[in-house]
Amino acid sequence: MSLQNQEIKYIKNTIKRKLTKTELQIVAAEWSEHCSYKSSRKHLKMLPTMGPNVILEKGYDSGVLDVGDGYAVTVHIESHNHPSAVEPFGGAATGVGGVIRDILSAGTRPIAILDGLRFGDIENDTHARWLFKNVVSGIADYGNCLGIPTIGGEVEFDDCYKGYALVDVAAIGFGKKDSLIKNHASKGDLVILIGGSTGRDGIGGSQFASDLLENEDRSAVQIPDPFIEKLIIEVILEARNEKCINAMKDLGGGGLSCAVSETAESLGIGIELNVDNVHTRESGMSPDEIMISESQERMLIITSKQKLQKLKEICDKFRVMCSQIGYVKNDKMMHVKKSNKTIALLPAEFVARAPLLDRKKTKPKYLMLIKKYPTTSASFGRTLDYSKIILKLLSCPNITSKHWVFQQYDHEVGIRTVVKPGFDASVLRLDNGKFLSAKIDGNPKHCYLDPRQGAIGCFEEACRNIVCKGTNPIGMVDHLQFGNPEDPEIFWTFMESLEGLTEYAKFLRIPCVGGKVSFYNETPLGPIKPTPLIGVLGISNKTPFLSVHPDNGDYLIIIGNTKDELGGSEYLEYIHKFIGGTCPVVDFKDSKTNMLAVLSLIKNKLVKSVHDCSKGGLSIALSELSIFGNIGFTMDVKKIPCKENLSFEKILFSESHSRYLLVIDKKNIIDAKQFLSKKKISFAVLGKFSGDQIIIRHKSKNLVKFRIDLAQKRYFNGLEDLLKHG
Amino acid sequence: MKVGVIVFPGSNCDRDMFHVLTDVFHLNTQYFWHENGLPLDIDAVVLPGGFSYGDRLRAGVIAANSPVIKDVKKLADKGIPILGVCNGFQILVESNLLPGVLLKNNSLNFMCEWVNLIVKNNKTPFTSKLELNQKIPIPIANGEGRYYVNKKLMNALKKNKQIVFTYENYVNGSAEQIAGVCNNDGNVVGMMPHPERAAERLINPFDNKPSSLIFESLVQKLGIKK
Repeated sequence: MSLQNQEIKYIKNTIKRKLTKTELQIVAAEWSEHCSYKSSRKHLKMLPTMGPNVILEKGYDSGVLDVGDGYAVTVHIESHNHPSAVEPFGGAATGVGGVIRDILSAGTRPIAILDGLRFGDIENDTHARWLFKNVVSGIADYGNCLGIPTIGGEVEFDDCYKGYALVDVAAIGFGKKDSLIKNHASKGDLVILIGGSTGRDGIGGSQFASDLLENEDRSAVQIPDPFIEKLIIEVILEARNEKCINAMKDLGGGGLSCAVSETAESLGIGIELNVDNVHTRESGMSPDEIMISESQERMLIITSKQKLQKLKEICDKFRVMCSQIGYVKNDKMMHVKKSNKTIALLPAEFVARAPLLDRKKTKPKYLMLIKKYPTTSASFGRTLDYSKIILKLLSCPNITSKHWVFQQYDHEVGIRTVVKPGFDASVLRLDNGKFLSAKIDGNPKHCYLDPRQGAIGCFEEACRNIVCKGTNPIGMVDHLQFGNPEDPEIFWTFMESLEGLTEYAKFLRIPCVGGKVSFYNETPLGPIKPTPLIGVLGISNKTPFLSVHPDNGDYLIIIGNTKDELGGSEYLEYIHKFIGGTCPVVDFKDSKTNMLAVLSLIKNKLVKSVHDCSKGGLSIALSELSIFGNIGFTMDVKKIPCKENLSFEKILFSESHSRYLLVIDKKNIIDAKQFLSKKKISFAVLGKFSGDQIIIRHKSKNLVKFRIDLAQKRYFNGLEDLLKHG
Repeated sequence: MKVGVIVFPGSNCDRDMFHVLTDVFHLNTQYFWHENGLPLDIDAVVLPGGFSYGDRLRAGVIAANSPVIKDVKKLADKGIPILGVCNGFQILVESNLLPGVLLKNNSLNFMCEWVNLIVKNNKTPFTSKLELNQKIPIPIANGEGRYYVNKKLMNALKKNKQIVFTYENYVNGSAEQIAGVCNNDGNVVGMMPHPERAAERLINPFDNKPSSLIFESLVQKLGIKK
């Protein structure tokens, strides 16, 4: 059990008696870092949560945003890192299941999944490859069966995840505002558990996730059953339509203990339940096991006596099990019985609110030791062949096309997916005629060098992707993943990231509508790099921006300055194996002006498509446009707007933020230029698309020259070639 | 005049199909839960895609034993147009309403991507408005979509013109690149790709007209004047 000495003391002083064995189990599950956020909760308050579109209700596990015309979108993000590192297929699958139920518990139908996956070096580490393949299969198996499209995400590989996996899943829901569940309960209402049976899988899972992954504790990984989850979705939505649901919560970390105590606490009620009434998978389960099992595909529903019959009929139709396990009282107590005997009786608020901690923080020593980047490329000891380097980057695992991944996910089901995965953000159509875009982004390489600027950068990158689709960012979710928070140096990196995100969110007025903190992400080699992951949702009015790939004669404009910011770039780390330098810093003012400029250009129909500059820098962003358009491009490197005189490699590979590439039809080029000049945006017309090669010149010399068909081969085969060989 | 969309536990393209039939092609459409019977005066039946019974045992095999399948068989015998898409096709095959079997894709992976179909039989109620050899850009989304029949049956299929759609290029190892077949009478059609995901311009990045013709063929067959 994971209770700390000071917590045991606190329990003694508050409850003033010895806790029963069951009570201790319940409290230990609920007070785990995973469920209680005891290290982070105090600080998370700094994030702005209010905004014109935000709908707040009691006890929601997901963020709710008003998208107009009587409709709402829900969003949530979760991770399943520890389980996926032990059992990648089941861990990833149940990760999807958990976040889907969070969306469902607001009374909305889940309409999309995005996932962010991180592993060790798959080129050289067969275990990392095994984890990667099985995580992708797990997500595919679960999401596809549910009929919820996986519309996007990202995959990244870095040595810091050796022997480990980060599996982040975000889900989006959609529904009518007036059918959102308004959680409420009154004395005498019934507490119902529906869905899968409770078994011995996932016992102590939340505590397992709140500790270092020292031994592979297989019993703590839950077993997925997407078929039951699919049935539960239909049961819940039908029950919602029949007004059978007063309040609802999904069973996740901490199982029944957590769902019951948190529901009682948030609604200010008491709940009495009897473990004998819980439908179990196997006989002889102890009450403690029943209370903390994390068996999947279960929902807790509070219904009124008059609605019980209807609810049972709906469950019967789908052959979903449904047990009346208890009832609502008004004593604010959580009361657990086994036959006639009370085995736990604690104030719900006491269980649900773990004493919060004040973690110490100190600036990590490693940051003082980060190497400066040598000023000339000659420091790498040879003249660099930039064509070769760009082609190598195009097939490197972090940049190469991820179609091997997203083609295993059904990304079309639901027939909402207007912009398919693979290029910036994905876009869904909504029933009110509007369009919703979604993107998640992380960048541990940047965050390692500067946890604050790195986190802000991830946030901006997600926003840039949203803006590229002509949609306005309306809300964000964050998932903050770090090592052991008891280490003050790690806690410092967490606080830096959080403060950075807060600062940027306040500046752009984007509310944080949900999130999650995951600590204790450590591998045998030490803590992972700080890995905040940011998801952003965007919305557009009723005309979609259907971008078109560049064509012969189209112009290319770059917006934004390229800076001396090679630190943490794919170029330095993948090509030169160099970790160090200065990571990109977001200039808030430029960030906002550039975003607004791009949105205006799209709104005024002056652009054919917009692509953001990120991983791999300008050279990769430009190559991607050519690869998708199947057309070449020639330009002079000195045309790129820079604030200072930069070396070629910095211009080509710096991952500076707030930069966009715009493809513009020649009939609109004058208007576009006039607009950008008037708005005093830093931009340049780089040239026209033509031919079948990418050529980047300096004066009369070709710095870069390669054929598009070769680039396409590298870009589209990179991952498959790697995975074919085991 | 009524079209029925059958819903099995685990069907997940039922709502997409319903949307296309009603909102796009204005057909009077109704859902039918697999435990309830189908009215005998129904004019067409669609078995939508999804994961009926979670694909347990083998895709489609449990649903093929659902009570509703008895009625589907009766209607098939009467010559009523019946379309099975993806899991619906698997169910039709498992209920012996269509020949052959659907095996795991050669890649052993679930595959979601856009492919081109070629129309090989335009005499069915779902292809009558298409040209022979017309191309249809359309997405597939399945793990068990590799069509297989033995040689003898394959010869029969060819002779009776039961091959309705083939893939333009190699996709998953299907025998003779088959993507869809019909029964001997031509009124029961099964196909792995999803026409309901390709019939609207907004979600079809290529051309939504050919897939629309699958539904317009049905509209014509049911004698609805435009």
